[in-house]
Amino acid sequence: MATNATMTVEEPAAIAAGRAAFRADGPGGAAAARLRQQGLDRFTALGLPTRRTEAWRYTDLRDVARTAWTLAPAAVDPAQAAPWLADTDADRRLVLVNGRFRPDLSTPDLPGVTATPLDGLLADGDGAAAAVLDEALTSGERPFLALNTAFLDGGLVVRLAPGATVGRLEIVCLTLPGGDAPAMSHPRLIIEAGDGADATLVERHVGPAGPILTTPVLQITVGAGARLGHYKLQREGGETSHLATVLVQVARDAVYDGFMLSTGGAVARTEVAAVLTGRGGECRLSGTYLGRGRQVLDTTTVVRHAVPDCRSRQVIKGVLDDQARGVFQGRIEVARDAQRTDGYQMNRALLLSPQAEIDSKPELEIFADDVKCSHGATAGELDAEALFYLRSRGLDAERARALLIEAFVVEVLDEIADDAVRQHFTEIVTDWLAADRADHGATAERGAA
Amino acid sequence: MAAVEETLQQIRSVTNERYKYGFVTDIEQETAPKGLDESTIAFISAKKEEPAWLLDWRLKAFRRWQEMPEPNWAKVSFPPIDYQDAYYYAAPKQKVAPNSLDEVDPELLRTYEKLGIPLDEQKVLAGVVAVDAVFDSVSVATTFKAKLAEAGVIFCSISEAVREHPDLVRKYLGSVVPTSDNYFAALNSAVFTDGSFVYVPPGVRCPMELSTYFRINAQNTGQFERTLIIADAGSYVSYLEGCTAPQRDENQLHAAVVELVALDDAEIKYSTVQNWYPGDENGVGGIYNFVTKRAACRGRNSKVSWTQVETGSAITWKYPSCILQGENSVGEFYSVAITNNRQQADTGTKMIHIGRNTRSRIISKGISAGRSDNTYRGLVRMLPGADNARNFTQCDSLLIGDQCGAHTVPYIESRTPTGQVEHEATTSKVSEDQLFYCRQRGIDEEEALALIVNGFCREVLQVLPMEFAVEAQKLVGISLEGSVG
Repeated sequence: MATNATMTVEEPAAIAAGRAAFRADGPGGAAAARLRQQGLDRFTALGLPTRRTEAWRYTDLRDVARTAWTLAPAAVDPAQAAPWLADTDADRRLVLVNGRFRPDLSTPDLPGVTATPLDGLLADGDGAAAAVLDEALTSGERPFLALNTAFLDGGLVVRLAPGATVGRLEIVCLTLPGGDAPAMSHPRLIIEAGDGADATLVERHVGPAGPILTTPVLQITVGAGARLGHYKLQREGGETSHLATVLVQVARDAVYDGFMLSTGGAVARTEVAAVLTGRGGECRLSGTYLGRGRQVLDTTTVVRHAVPDCRSRQVIKGVLDDQARGVFQGRIEVARDAQRTDGYQMNRALLLSPQAEIDSKPELEIFADDVKCSHGATAGELDAEALFYLRSRGLDAERARALLIEAFVVEVLDEIADDAVRQHFTEIVTDWLAADRADHGATAERGAA
Repeated sequence: MAAVEETLQQIRSVTNERYKYGFVTDIEQETAPKGLDESTIAFISAKKEEPAWLLDWRLKAFRRWQEMPEPNWAKVSFPPIDYQDAYYYAAPKQKVAPNSLDEVDPELLRTYEKLGIPLDEQKVLAGVVAVDAVFDSVSVATTFKAKLAEAGVIFCSISEAVREHPDLVRKYLGSVVPTSDNYFAALNSAVFTDGSFVYVPPGVRCPMELSTYFRINAQNTGQFERTLIIADAGSYVSYLEGCTAPQRDENQLHAAVVELVALDDAEIKYSTVQNWYPGDENGVGGIYNFVTKRAACRGRNSKVSWTQVETGSAITWKYPSCILQGENSVGEFYSVAITNNRQQADTGTKMIHIGRNTRSRIISKGISAGRSDNTYRGLVRMLPGADNARNFTQCDSLLIGDQCGAHTVPYIESRTPTGQVEHEATTSKVSEDQLFYCRQRGIDEEEALALIVNGFCREVLQVLPMEFAVEAQKLVGISLEGSVG
């Protein structure tokens, strides 16, 4: 058929290079070797998504496909990593460099926290760890999760002791290429919050400019009655392709409080699939993305209410300047019998430039009748009346505009429960807005005119 | 309170009245040989005495269709359709083409009478609605043609239009929905048999409502009608579409294409009450309603308004859309979709904003009951250059019972900062408080439900032309019968 002709094009450079870089053996023994092989098979079966793939219709990966990626080196000198850790709290951090856990850069013996390299657990025959990885591989069609599994290297398992109040914990994922060649890293994290644990996780992704592909996968379980704040910060270099997967399970009466701030990368996508598996659970998934240049920032979420009496809430806001593109795809699923579900989702985008673009697909899929679910989405520029109001109070156009943009984004940061994190994220947002304003200073009037 | 009383009366009048259109007219048929290949298309084209260009157009569409995969993205499921196991042309046998209504087979006239569609002009209240009656593959009668011709309005079957107004047909046919648009549109382009054609000349306000009544009668046939409506500059037309089919255990395919063209300052109001046989409570039988409807707002200030009440069909796959090309043009979509038993509906709209200051409004009410699935799927796209475009979308879903599903899948794509898109959707169930209140006032549960659902749909029902609004309100009650208790 006609469609086949276009599909039998030459194999993308990324695939050929990936196949060349692949080795089933490596750290983690036989279990890891089997997983890597299965990851490769799965990735081969799924292929690199194109815009004809429904889940990827708005995010173009042609640049990723035509790059011959090499594996970022396993061993990196600590001195090389140090500058990238300046912003982090040396007393409360766990560091992965190129997917490998680095005890030398991490804080030892945090109370209530057990941090173990994943490859070590697999080598020791830890069936539970292997089962967690197996489950992820077979759940859903996630090519980059499969790719991550194919290149499973170090990885990290973080277990939070039941009932422990852990406080803030930083997890840093850093990618450092060995030379100028395009480099990829595949960080893998399993985070298990024991029953009744209480913790705040800050997940940071940083790295240099230059072509990088990173496919972080986090598998998170929040035990019964536990509370886990999970605040992700993606500030990688301008040529990074960040294709992340986060799988979350929320048990009975547990709270998962997630937030994502995304400002870095050329293409950055975080795909979150959260399942509420126990009654009384709560899942919050909010975030903001700030895009400029030709960035593509993609937030894709599925929140599944598998059982009755759970709540979910999502507020996502984005600001897009220049030719940046924002993508939000969010689905609330309510299973048959998941009665008395309360689901809410709001997505708002602000376009600052005539070339910016927002694509939004908020979905509801509901199979139970006693539910309260709603979603909303808006896109547009600043409210002309609000602008006029401020100007009538004596503010000049540039200040009025800046104030309204800031108000638009900062509002969403209120979703962050942790004060210190909120303050930190707010600074990043206001700095970004100031830098954007400075770059466009001469043309600040363009939208207001 | 009068409105409430009226609704109650309507509901009483339809008690025990399920699918009252499920009868079969016993009439001698003329059919094309079973199956679909190029000779079937040549047969249809020859039957219609079509010019060569139209046969070529059909064959091109057919060849294209053979290369296309059947779409599978909609949230509906059904066993594969055997396109060779159906008749693509079925028409009541008649010796000579009827010149007036007196020559039409009385059996056909009785059928339409039974359906409540008067074809006898004298019996109609002083020219309220002109009707084109399509029976399986052919148009059997069009009323008030002479009166409409006085105003310059052309209203006839598409076959007649091909013969009498070839230039207009050739200019506009396939200009809104190209033959290769999608699988079912390509199929329709290859084998369409009849449908209505409307042309309203510049500056004319069509003196009456136009209406087409589609009736599937023959067994093992599909209906593939094609409707083309052109509102020239400054004109206005309101068009109503109704459809029913006999009650059968087999599924029948209905794949129509409707194209609307509105030029400068023109307005088209298109209303549908879709009541194809929905199948029984176990999902046996019913129509597969796979329809492509699209409007092009080509001129300045042109306006198209789609209103649909979807209660029938085993499966509905339908997205009436507007391409808002002309400056200041307006698109509207008002929809009520009700599914019960094992029905599946995947329906919504597309609003493509191209021109400056274009506006669109989408109000969709989905009601699921029984074991049915009801999906709203819509697209709002604002292209660069659609300065100051505006869209407002509201999708509300109501679930009745815990075995049904309600889904919302909106796509929102904006590439213009001055454009404003607003979308909101809610899903809820019929409130116990409201039901209790009605029951306390002595209204039984089923009537109370119909009352509440009618209220839920009010925003859509009130934009229907009067003739349809009454029928639609009744249908809401009937469709939900047996869904409580």
